[in-house]
Amino acid sequence: MSEPTPIAPPRRAALAPAAPVHLNAEIVVRARQLIALYPERRSALIPLCHLAQEQDGWLTPEAMVDIAGLVGVTPGEVLGTASFYDMLHTEPVGRHVVAVCTNIACLLGGAAELLEHAEHSLGIGAGGTTADGAITLEEAECLADCDRVPCVQVNHRYVGAQTPESFDQLVADLRSGARDADIPPHGTLIRVRRTTGIEADPVAVAEERRLAAVARSARADAADGAGA
Amino acid sequence: MGDQDAETGGTDAPVDEGVEFTIDGRTVRARKGEMLIAAAERAGTFIPRFCYHPRMEPVGMCRMCLVEVSGPRGATLMPSCFIEAAPGMEIVTDSAKVKKAQDGVLEFLLINHPLDCPVCDKGGECPLQDQTLAYGPGESRFVEEKRHFEKPIPISDLVLLDRERCIQCSRCTRFADEVAGEAQIDFIGRGEQIQIGTFPELPFTSYFSGNTVQICPVGALTATPYRFTARPWDLDQVESTCTTCSVGCRVAVQSSSNRLTRLLGIDIDPVNHGWLCDKGRFAADAVNSEDRLTEPMIRKEGALVAVSWHEALEAVATGLKAAVAERPESVGIIGGARLTNEGAYAWARLAKGVLGTDSVDAQIGDGLPAELVLGLPRATIDQAASASTVVLLTGDVREELPVLFLRLRAAAVDGDVAIVELSPQATSLTAHAEVSLRYGPGDAAALVDALVSGGTPPNAAAEPGALDRARQLMGEGPVVVIVGRPSLAEDGELVADAARKLSAALPEARFLPALRRGNVLGALDMGLAPGVLPGRVALEDGRAWFEEAWGSVPLARGRGTADMLAAAAGDQAEGSAVTALVLLGADPLTDFPDRRLAERALDAADFVVAVVTAPGAALDHADVVLPAAEAHERPGTTTNLEGRVFRLGQKLVPPGQAWPDWMIAGELAVHLGHDLGFDSVGTVWDEIERVAVSHRGITRTVLDAHGAADGVVAPLSLSKVSLARRNAPLDPVAVPGVESVERQGASLQAGLAASPNAAADGPEAADPSDGGPSRPAVLSGPGEFAVPHVAPADGYSVRLVASRVLYDGGAAVASVSTLAGLVAPGALRANPHDLDELGVSSGGQVRLRSATASAVVPVEPDASLPRKVVAADFNVPLGDGTVADLIDRAFPVVDLRMESL
Ligand code: SF4
Ligand code: SF4
Ligand code: FES
Ligand code: FES
Repeated sequence: MSEPTPIAPPRRAALAPAAPVHLNAEIVVRARQLIALYPERRSALIPLCHLAQEQDGWLTPEAMVDIAGLVGVTPGEVLGTASFYDMLHTEPVGRHVVAVCTNIACLLGGAAELLEHAEHSLGIGAGGTTADGAITLEEAECLADCDRVPCVQVNHRYVGAQTPESFDQLVADLRSGARDADIPPHGTLIRVRRTTGIEADPVAVAEERRLAAVARSARADAADGAGA
Repeated sequence: MGDQDAETGGTDAPVDEGVEFTIDGRTVRARKGEMLIAAAERAGTFIPRFCYHPRMEPVGMCRMCLVEVSGPRGATLMPSCFIEAAPGMEIVTDSAKVKKAQDGVLEFLLINHPLDCPVCDKGGECPLQDQTLAYGPGESRFVEEKRHFEKPIPISDLVLLDRERCIQCSRCTRFADEVAGEAQIDFIGRGEQIQIGTFPELPFTSYFSGNTVQICPVGALTATPYRFTARPWDLDQVESTCTTCSVGCRVAVQSSSNRLTRLLGIDIDPVNHGWLCDKGRFAADAVNSEDRLTEPMIRKEGALVAVSWHEALEAVATGLKAAVAERPESVGIIGGARLTNEGAYAWARLAKGVLGTDSVDAQIGDGLPAELVLGLPRATIDQAASASTVVLLTGDVREELPVLFLRLRAAAVDGDVAIVELSPQATSLTAHAEVSLRYGPGDAAALVDALVSGGTPPNAAAEPGALDRARQLMGEGPVVVIVGRPSLAEDGELVADAARKLSAALPEARFLPALRRGNVLGALDMGLAPGVLPGRVALEDGRAWFEEAWGSVPLARGRGTADMLAAAAGDQAEGSAVTALVLLGADPLTDFPDRRLAERALDAADFVVAVVTAPGAALDHADVVLPAAEAHERPGTTTNLEGRVFRLGQKLVPPGQAWPDWMIAGELAVHLGHDLGFDSVGTVWDEIERVAVSHRGITRTVLDAHGAADGVVAPLSLSKVSLARRNAPLDPVAVPGVESVERQGASLQAGLAASPNAAADGPEAADPSDGGPSRPAVLSGPGEFAVPHVAPADGYSVRLVASRVLYDGGAAVASVSTLAGLVAPGALRANPHDLDELGVSSGGQVRLRSATASAVVPVEPDASLPRKVVAADFNVPLGDGTVADLIDRAFPVVDLRMESL
């Protein structure tokens, strides 16, 4: 049995959630806009995790504590939810996350060889990050680009089918910054922000939702009536 | 639901407007909305399950409970824990298809299960083991390598996790989230790598973590104190009641070779629903302590030396006689909440009937006037949980009466109860309260005045509208007031006055006394308080009755603990000193709010007797020490805060020569020249039933009835006791340990055996009233007590609130190593504006000064406190001392100067 980690004594439960301390002001504003879109605060948990990744490149414990306070759950629940999803990284990753698909179509197209080459040329196993912090290599399931095999994504952007040679060039370009224009750092999902809805007046959104619900139930009633 | 129904303890609820459906061809009835698995179980068909737990929401995670349900498209497999019984439904639980599904589910579960049963704590009481044997395929086709994890990992100081054993039933996470309201554990990861985990640096510190160990259907969660200490089949078991606080959770006490191994919660409807708090669950270990006192001791030449019982009792008798010869009131008896009802009664009779002193107090300056507690119309926990409004006029319920907190939280979160909180500071229920009103020490009654008669409250911080909302809620439907001690730094009469005003304004309201010490309510019922006699009668009302029963009763009302200590310390009028003190399991040095007064009193008293189970600070002052038996070592009864009388089970033999308290009192009486006539704990109860009017009719036969397994609420007129067997059978998967020990032979009987005659005699035969004095009236109403005048604060001072935390320096925690480490040093909490004015930041220090004391303490901001009110937790380290060093009982509230260093 390993040395048990010393555990802090129980505290009086924090009675009011602390204000965010790690997420920056701009992110917090956007987080609040997102939260306002949902009837339940906690529904905004995953969008907020993506926002936090945008700030830090990965989902740091400090960010998870902030998110927990913002959506009214415990940090443990944020970790529990986030750890389910491959696109949310609860461990540090490099500036670029390079994903090589090894699902069937890509496998037939040489994905295994490509991944092996990548591991050798980067000097890391799949899941690892290079010492300079530039590249994290990931083995991925089907990325839905099966007509250009073996499929590779960098920071969730398709970079087309790769050969070992083109892969090395890709990595060199990523390191040198040559691809910065089309591939933002890891964590940035979109560079053009969605504003519709987000900036709508929450009262108006609520009203729209109410009308939609009324319409839905009217439809359901009509269907019931028709069925009877 | 009428009062009568609300108070029945776990008796059969009628299945009236139910639905009819068939199980395996048999027609059965289910309650409306009942899940198939539960309806089947009540009808006698057990469906295997892992994730389903009767006290939590179903999730349908494990698929072990699949049954065939006929529908329009033929029979399909459905999880019976997730489907409500519907009229005409046909379900089959034992077809080949169901069997194949069960085989499949179990084979799948075992793929990732290590099968390390020989070294697993759960082995022998494991639902996975048992159900694999009963329903499994018998063979596995899995030959690959199993998962390996580092093991075990601590998820708190009390709970260890072996991740590879987890079957992902989510019982533990649902408990933490749904029941405790603290989702500190969750599933981390996905697929075969999924595991239970906590957030880094945020362990599972819930006060209720031990329940997850109890309900985990495999050995994934184990309790640090129990791990590897026993095998379930070696354990012996008795049903009993936790006596660590006054909630009275029902427990199975399990022991091996005269050592207590563990407590498991037993599910009873009216009280604990199967849950225990960690303090109750793990503090029971104190009974095993190496430090237990095993021999009577007398101080000879400055040192305590072991002597025989005879010599010790003779010394006590001599000392007490000398004091009584002066004035009976020069003997004071403090404590008694540790005692059983029988012990408390025997000591009350010894004090009031033999010694003639009324200065007896089971409350140690941390309670409420006994007349108020005994006289106000009492609520049950069920009534509180089904009230329309619950008014909190007490400290933090989670810190003081943890399982009551679970019940109230559930009532507020899942039920329709609206909580109105009146408190000087935020508590664990604040987040669930509809309205939370703050007041400063001494102002509770003024706040209640403002609420009931429309004035302005003492503290302007209340949001506009909050007061109106509170008034509206208090005007609606059944109201239950939980009244306790929000602060030990103000006189109990101040909050009692507020309760009195509430009872006057809300004549229909019922009250639940939040006094937290083990059997304190039983001790008060038994007359261990000044001004009252056993059976909830006032001294004067019961005089004739008890003169008949006991021969004599004290001439005048005696003192409470604070006055006894003051009189012992010489602070009271000449010629009224208390010279002999008997400490009944109480240690005023740690328990009494004003430590300096306690110290002076014990120093000054001529003669101090300590009746204790384990060493404590008071022993240094004792002239005679009498070793007493602890919980689980003595049969008898206790009474919880509802007035519910429970039988205690005895599983252990007291160490050495320790005696139960009723026996100590009885023998001491003999040395004082009186025979109380008790020859067993049962005869003490018989006398209680005869003379204590509130307990009439609660005979040993009634207490022993199977239908009374959930306790009997006194007075009996409030209780519907059915002599039938307990309604709900124990669910072997809900309470694994309890059921498997039961199954292996040890019976769930309690220790108080019924005498066969008691049944034949019935209560009337034992009525002493024929020709004698008439039965006295029980107390009703809030009673008379003087309310000290509180001068307004002077503007330069801050007023102190001393509140409770669960893990404190009290004996229950200090004597158990696993819990003692959980006592966290405290800090003074103050309104952030007050700290800003002083220029002190969080984590800084301030000096607190009163006329007689001074201390440097760490501070932290707490915006829930009103301006000029500061708060600290009682009996935990604060600076170089504790907050008890700053409390002076000469004043009704404690005003301090707070200065920057
Ligand atoms: S640890 Fe136990 S209770 Fe929790 S999910 Fe796993 S098997 Fe269930
Ligand atoms: S709430 Fe009280 S009675 Fe229940 S387990 Fe905890 S200490 Fe024991
Ligand atoms: S299989 Fe690789 S993208 Fe679909
Ligand atoms: S799915 Fe019904 S008990 Fe688990």
